[in-house]
Parts: sequence; structure tokens; C-alpha cells
Amino acid sequence: MLIKIKGPGEVTESEVTSQDLYLDRRRFLRLGAGSLLTAAALSNEIWQPALAGNKLAHVIKGPYTVDEPLTPYESVTTYNNFYEFGTDKEDPSRLAASLKARPWKVIIDGEVARPGSYDIDDLIKPHTLQERVYRLRCVEAWSMVIPWVGVPLADLLKRFTPNSRAKFVRFETLYDPKQFPGQRRSVLDWPYIEGLRIDEAMHPLTLMAVGLYGEVLPNQNGAPLRLVVPWKYGFKSIKSIVRITLTEQMPVNTWARSAPDEYGFYANVNPQVDHPRWSQAKERRIGDYFKRETLMFNGYGAEVAPLYSGMNLRKSF
Amino acid sequence: MQWTTRVIKPVAFMLCLLPLLWLLADGLQHHLGANPVEKISHRTGDWTLRLVLLTLMITPLRRLTGWNVLIRLRRMLGLYSFFYACLHFLSWLVFDHFFDLHEIVKDIIKRPYITVGFAAFVLLIPLAVTSTNRWIKRLGSRWVQLHQLVYVIATGGVLHYLWLVKADVRRPVIYALLLAVLLAYRAWVRRRTNSTAVPRPMTQSKAA
Repeated sequence: MLIKIKGPGEVTESEVTSQDLYLDRRRFLRLGAGSLLTAAALSNEIWQPALAGNKLAHVIKGPYTVDEPLTPYESVTTYNNFYEFGTDKEDPSRLAASLKARPWKVIIDGEVARPGSYDIDDLIKPHTLQERVYRLRCVEAWSMVIPWVGVPLADLLKRFTPNSRAKFVRFETLYDPKQFPGQRRSVLDWPYIEGLRIDEAMHPLTLMAVGLYGEVLPNQNGAPLRLVVPWKYGFKSIKSIVRITLTEQMPVNTWARSAPDEYGFYANVNPQVDHPRWSQAKERRIGDYFKRETLMFNGYGAEVAPLYSGMNLRKSF
Repeated sequence: MQWTTRVIKPVAFMLCLLPLLWLLADGLQHHLGANPVEKISHRTGDWTLRLVLLTLMITPLRRLTGWNVLIRLRRMLGLYSFFYACLHFLSWLVFDHFFDLHEIVKDIIKRPYITVGFAAFVLLIPLAVTSTNRWIKRLGSRWVQLHQLVYVIATGGVLHYLWLVKADVRRPVIYALLLAVLLAYRAWVRRRTNSTAVPRPMTQSKAA
């Protein structure tokens, strides 16, 4: 089993400064300078409204990590599928500056006791930020290992008290072609929509990320707020969220609407169920030349397989 | 040999080599991004298609401009198409499958975009082999017939690209439109020669 739940005193590989980082002097200095600045600014505030690249303070190690080498920061932040910026992998990092991640409102509505429009910082402030190292497997058969920083989605949703009719959670990305040049073409049906079943949303692995590599989430990675569901294909991890709706009906997610025979609602990583046009049995870990076997539920089977017991995963793909 | 021919051929040869040199330079300087294998595959595939379409542009361009020296480039462009197709095929064979024959056969049979891409690649082989003067002479009018396969190959190449993209079909559609224009031109020429030319008994059209 590749997932370890850490004991309190255990030091994981990810806590040790990685060799890449150690050798990358420029970035090392930048991180150092960043943390000094934030330390000064943080003397009276724990959560600072933050700019991409700033170091996040008061991050504790979360319960989940992976014993595999991290994908370099450079790759994580320059190789992105974020069609709101453009369909090339380099488009999001190239055009990231056009997105204004602050101020940022998130509407929480639907089947909750306390619906409303909340400022991103008010939304995150009451929580302790956790670092979690997760595998990310894209439907295009490449993968990464990313140290995310965020809060469990369950903790966040519970504050708004979902009622018994809340069977699904629907997420919506910002629609603003001025900030998202990719939205000027209707490659997809904007705004981008994703959804989870309520038990998937409440699963302890499901994370609302606000950072990666100890820093505030870069715009190209979905700032200021993105979902991370490590046992599902990457397109489920919706970025730059402006609305979270608890609903009774299963939402239709954007890719399933775009090609219903190719992308489903569940989109669980499954090496046995191929994409109609290509195999999902293997993946290329970014940084590798050759492919490796893809793991069922992206290696998170022990945690999440019970969510789908009795379901035909070939049909509910 | 005219001076234009002497100049234009080496220049074209070097120009066609540039995409490879550019790829090698980027590779050596680690400028191929986070997923270099994907970059290699996409760039070699793109250049294959571009060169195939360029090859098909030679005849119309020559007719429209009257610049007959262009015909001297057609064979070179065709062979360069094959060259980039080989690189594209090799990157798939080595990096995606590491010569795993079972997986390769499965991919070719199961994945329509690979089926059509592989077929187009295989069909390029006889055209490359028979591109020499000796083969042209030996095959005579059958050479023209054989080399009309390029229309099938170009269509296969464009379909290969169109069938693999996820949602943004802009680039493959541009290739498809270019190919449609080039094929339509030939259909038009053929129809015109058939209706206006002095009646000839069932001769092979030279529209290729």
C-alpha cells in the first residue's frame, strides 16, 4: 500500500527539503524571502489574503501523503489543462496574470441552512491549512505528485449545514472572458461545471486547495480555490470556484455534457475501463520517459472503493 | 541545371531540416517542457502533416504561378514527409509502448485514430521506395496511379489528428480545410480537362 497515515512523530519524505529544491538556489532564496515577508505580515493575522507565490504560514502536515518523488514545482505550474486560459498546456502559465484572484467571492447555496456569498478569506480563515501529497492522474494518461495545501471539503461544507436533501455538490468556475481569454471561444460549454456525490464530497481525501508547494495557489493551477479529488481523473478537480451548490439532482459536469460517451460523472481512475479513444491502463508520470501501470482509483482504493460497492464501474464511468 | 534549381533545392533541403534541428536544440537545452515525449510526438506529427500538404501544393502552385522549377521540390518534400512520419512513428513505438508488440497491435486494432494514422504511415512506405528515377521509369503510368495514394494518406493523416483531440478541433480543422481545397482543385482540373480537352480514349489524367 502506498498511502501512509502518519503517526504523530513521523517525518515523511516530503518534510525533508527535496534535493531539487535544495539545488535550485534561486527558488530556494525566493521561498526564503517570501517566508520572511509573510512572517512579518502575519504578526497579527493567521490567514493573509495572499498573492500567488507567497508562502503560506501555519500549514500542518495532513494525514495523507505518498512515498513517491514530488513532481517539480516548475512542471506543476507550467504544464496545465485549464481551458479557460487556452487549450495548450503552456497557455495557463503564460496567460495567468489576466486572472484576478483577489477579491474573490464564493456563493454557497442550495440545500444548506446558511446560504450566502462569502469572501474567500472569510471562507478559509476558520480552518487550519493542511499539506497533502497526492497523485494527480489526468484523463490524458499523464500524472504528477503534488504537495497541495488546503482544507478538507467536508469541514468547509459542514459549516453551512447541508440538509437531508443535499445529495450532490455542484461546483462552478468563474465565467469572465476578460479574465479567462480561453472563454472567448466555445471550446466547452462555459462556465465549467463539476459535481460530486455528497459522500464523495464528504470523504476525508477530498480537499479544497488554496496552495501548493507551501505557497498560495498560482492562477494557472486554479487560484484562489480549487477542488482536489485524488482518486478521480484531473478534470473533476475544478478550478477557480465561484459557486458551490448543494443539490438533490446529479449535476451534469462539463466534460460529460461535451462528450457523454467519453466522460462520465464519476470519472474514477480505472485502468480497466478505457477512454473510448485511448487506453487508460498506463500513464506517463511527468518527468519520466516511459509509462507505468495506472492503479485502480489512482492507488486510493483502500480508502474509496467502499463508496462504489455494488456499482458497475464500466457503466458508471 | 538552371541556377534557380541549383539554389532552390539546397535551400528547401535545409529549410525542411529546421524543424528537426529546432527540436534537437530544444531537447538539448531542456526547452521541451514538462512532458518532452508529448512535445516530440506532437511536433513530428505536425511537421509530417504540414509537409504532406506542402507536397500537395506544389502542382497547383506551379500551375497558378507558371513557376515550373517548383516541381523539382515535390519529391524532396514528399520524402521529408516520410522522414518526419518515421520520427513520429518511432516516438510512439519507443516511448508509448517500448516495442511491446502485443500492446502495439492492440492499439492499432482498437483505436481508430491509431488505425488510420498507422495505415497512412504504412502507405507512405511504397511511395518513398518508388520515388527514385529508376522506379519512375520502371513503373511508367502505373507510377502515377500508385502515387495517387498520397490523397488517401493525407486524408488519413488529417483524420488521425482530428480523432485524437479532446475538444479543441481548431488546428485539425485548419488542416482539413487546406486538404479539402487541394483535393477540390484537383477534382476541378480533372473535370475541366475531361470536358474541354480534345477527346482522348481513356487516358490517365495527369492532374496528380
